Amino acid sequence: MTALAEGTWVDVGAARDVPLMEGRSVRLAGGRVAIFRLPDGWAAVEHACPHKGGPLSDGIVGDRCVTCPLHNWRFDLDTGEQIGGGAQLRTFQVREREGRLELAT
Amino acid sequence: MSRDERLEVLVIGGGIAGQSVCEELAGTATIALACAEPHLPYDRVNLGKLLTGATLGELQLRPGSWYADHDIDVHVDAPIAALDPAAGVATTAAGLELSFDRAVLCTGSDALVPPIAGIDAMGVEVFRGPADCERIASAATGCTHAAVIGGGLLGLEAAYALATLGVAVSVVHLMDRLMERQLDAPAAELLAPAIAQLGVDVRLAHATEEVLHDAGGHVRALRFADGTQLDCDLVVVAVGIRPQVALAREAGLEVNRGIVVDDALTTSHPRVLAVGECAEHRGVVHGIVAPIHDQAAIAARVLRGDGDGVYTGSVPTAKLKVMGIDLVTAGDAEGGHAVVVRDEPSGAYRKLVVRDGRAAGAVLLGDIRGAELLLDAVRTAAPVDDALDLLSSASEATAAELPDAAQVCNCNGVCKGEIVDAIREQQLGSTQEVVAVTRAGAGCGSCRPVVSELLAIERGGAAEEATYLCPCRKQTREQLAACVREHDLESVSDLSAACGAGRDCGACKPGLAYLVSEVRGNRHREERHARFINDRVHANIQNDGSFSVVPRMRGGVTSADELRRIADVVDRYEIPMVKVTGGQRIDLLGVRKEQLPAIWEELGMPSGHAYAKAVRTVKTCVGTDFCRFGLGDSIRLGIDLETAMEGLYTPHKVKSAVSGCPRNCAEAYVKDIGLVAVEGGWEVYVGGAAGGTVRKGDLLAKVDTPDDAKRLALVFLQHYREHAEYHERSYGYVERVGIDAIRASVLDPENAAALLERYRIARAATDPDPWRERHDPVSPKQFAELDSEPEPLVGPPAGAAT
Ligand code: SRM
Ligand SMILES: Cc1cc2nc3c(=O)[nH]c(=O)nc-3n(C[C@H](O)[C@H](O)[C@H](O)COP(=O)(O)OP(=O)(O)OC[C@H]3O[C@@H](n4cnc5c(N)ncnc54)[C@H](O)[C@@H]3O)c2cc1C
Ligand code: SF4
Ligand code: FES
Repeated sequence: MTALAEGTWVDVGAARDVPLMEGRSVRLAGGRVAIFRLPDGWAAVEHACPHKGGPLSDGIVGDRCVTCPLHNWRFDLDTGEQIGGGAQLRTFQVREREGRLELAT
Repeated sequence: MSRDERLEVLVIGGGIAGQSVCEELAGTATIALACAEPHLPYDRVNLGKLLTGATLGELQLRPGSWYADHDIDVHVDAPIAALDPAAGVATTAAGLELSFDRAVLCTGSDALVPPIAGIDAMGVEVFRGPADCERIASAATGCTHAAVIGGGLLGLEAAYALATLGVAVSVVHLMDRLMERQLDAPAAELLAPAIAQLGVDVRLAHATEEVLHDAGGHVRALRFADGTQLDCDLVVVAVGIRPQVALAREAGLEVNRGIVVDDALTTSHPRVLAVGECAEHRGVVHGIVAPIHDQAAIAARVLRGDGDGVYTGSVPTAKLKVMGIDLVTAGDAEGGHAVVVRDEPSGAYRKLVVRDGRAAGAVLLGDIRGAELLLDAVRTAAPVDDALDLLSSASEATAAELPDAAQVCNCNGVCKGEIVDAIREQQLGSTQEVVAVTRAGAGCGSCRPVVSELLAIERGGAAEEATYLCPCRKQTREQLAACVREHDLESVSDLSAACGAGRDCGACKPGLAYLVSEVRGNRHREERHARFINDRVHANIQNDGSFSVVPRMRGGVTSADELRRIADVVDRYEIPMVKVTGGQRIDLLGVRKEQLPAIWEELGMPSGHAYAKAVRTVKTCVGTDFCRFGLGDSIRLGIDLETAMEGLYTPHKVKSAVSGCPRNCAEAYVKDIGLVAVEGGWEVYVGGAAGGTVRKGDLLAKVDTPDDAKRLALVFLQHYREHAEYHERSYGYVERVGIDAIRASVLDPENAAALLERYRIARAATDPDPWRERHDPVSPKQFAELDSEPEPLVGPPAGAAT
């Protein structure tokens, strides 16, 4: 992770509001972002599936990937790449600080 | 050869041809694949499935990891705009330069659009790619009449797909018989009524002269040469293909109808080959896949410089992928010396054409037994002494008698020998695995029975291995259930830790969650991350990410009080759509996740589980209470049965019905569980369906009293819960194991008592109304996002009793 200047992290909510291996979304200036709690940390990608806009935070998580609940497109949560396809999600840096979640903007 | 010395091959075009070349070359060359479309190669043969709900992902030929594993550098959305054979460089439209030692053009073709006046009107589509399907599917909703121009294979398939979507459709064909390229006149004459039977109107000898449009430029009718017209608001043109030769022509290669290749599949420039629908060999352009695989295999040999790389042509074969019509053809349908077997009443027609003492063609309609054997004879021009004998003995032939070289899967070009070798070497145990490994049966699917037959022969008749619940770790339902029992595991995570299932792609997690709950009689540790979103929020997700709310209305019976509360909720929450469902209850659609708890509270009705793999509805008819024909109290029994079953999760959804007499107004014959009152008792049907599959249920037994009927229904429910594969509806399960096996289990008094006991344990441990989580959410934001809150619960309404 590259160092970011202080002040580019925004508070987006309480870490305990995202259960293990699930996701929840939050609105940012550029659109909604889905934040996932993985067994070893956090991941964040754009929320709307590039296929037909399915809510990715409602997807099933496995192997650091999320499966869209609408038509099962799968995305790597670290790289944003679609598994077995050409679509690409934007990814975001996310961290937990004193029980709060912060996104790099 | 070290990897650095390997030949660099650029494959241009990621259709079936480009993919097949990659498969043949993988591991022996450094390959780059340039695909113009924004997708990895997919199975165009099954494109029609997109019209009936499949996704493109399901048609993908290989997963993305396959290309990485085989060191193939894939570029999608990267059309090659310029090709310089002499320099060995190709340039994509985006300006990326790809160098090569040899290139293979696999650019395929476009749909041919004939120069008919007005053909560019809106509402005129071709049937070639995913975008076409998307347009056809959306035009089909609200379409009053569709016309398909072209009565060949493709046109008939398009018409069939439209008819399946419920659209009135006519096939308009220039010639005086259907599929004239593959069929002789008598076979075509038998095919036409079979197509008409599907509800498709067939118009032969109709030359379309003009497409007429309305003021808005949208098609409104076709006008024919004889002056007649056909009103239609959707037209699908399926008259043929036009090879994509532009790139080759600009590169200075010789081009005729297709890109001209010699017997080494090499174009007029020695560095460049062409394979597939774009290639023209000895004056022939093929429009089907079997020749593509022949060509790809030879092209790979030519590129590697091993063996004799000589392509002498392919025998065209065709299968019609229209449900209920079996039709297979190969080679010439006419000429030479022909023997014909024809069964008038059944409409079956079998013909073998022999020329110069060798098999030259076959037409099998209505009875395709022995097709693989006959196709192999035609393909290899086998000598035929007694044509009549070959034709009749073929219908008796089993897969065991096929020669190893006989092609079983024409779509993916897989022969019997390859399938048998794969089964032996990789010890494959189920059809599902054989299809995945060999790709035989992964195309149109019509050869799957033969694949299963070969597997059965190899396994000496032993039953197939069950399908895997976790395919990544090759674990079956039985193995996983045993693991849960043996180690007394409480949750999906425990199971993953114990045996790895569910660790990889996660797709099987909902299945594992069901398995753990079922084995433990619902005394398990619930983990919502293993559940589909519907089961996290107890509502059905919609295409726009909103949810629907369907409260339980046992037996389809409601009251003024409930209806009033529903009406109030609709008003207060401004619910965009209230609808009576096909399951005899009411659906509130377009609800936001945050509104769910408050709406449930105000409805004061329990969940109808309309979103879950669980007990759904028990539909009833009015029965003895009101109906003059009623023989049994269907409303009472329906409500009792629903109350007894509700809240139980099942391998797939379970829908039931109770009819008061055999007139069957509640549609009990076509339900997972159906009870029908008859003179002197009740009939219990199981395994019925009237969704995507239509099947009349099997009569399990006739019993004396409503209590007996309910008891037997519950015993069957528990049997199904314990034995069906996850995601297997009762119609599939009953069909697979047979009603006799089920009778043996559920009618045996001791076993039935044990099943009933396990049903009771499971039922007692489940909360029939998961909507109560509104008072006690499993996580703080179960019903909200990070930046939203669930709407507050407004006090319980008067008269509500959950
Ligand atoms: C709401 C309803 C349509 C309606 O307005 O009437 C409906 C809506 C859906 N049905 Fe259905 N089905 C509805 C009655 C039926 C019926 C009729 C019945 O239940 O008597 C059938 C035929 C019977 C059957 O199940 O075989 C039916 C056969 C299907 C099928 C095909 C199942 C099959 O194996 O053939 C699916 C797809 C599936 O399950 O994979 C399906 C799937 C769906 C889904 C859940 C699609 C989905 O996954 O999102 C639809 C949810 C729409 C939504 O956004 O909420 N629905 N669906 C009906 C709800 C009934 C209820 O009160 O619970
Ligand atoms: C609905 C339908 C049903 C069918 N059913 C059957 C069947 O049952 N049995 C059967 O045998 N056949 C069937 N066919 C025919 C079969 O699908 C085709 O013969 C086969 O797919 C052709 O494969 P191809 O790779 O040669 O061409 P294509 O599938 O056309 O692939 C060519 C690819 O190359 C790409 N391309 C073109 N130009 C460039 C460029 N300059 N740079 C990069 N990429 C480029 C194209 O975008 C395309 O993706 C069916 C066809 C359709 C449309
Ligand atoms: S409600 Fe049922 S039939 Fe209607 S579109 Fe949805 S799944 Fe298809
Ligand atoms: S919207 Fe995500 S897969 Fe279709």
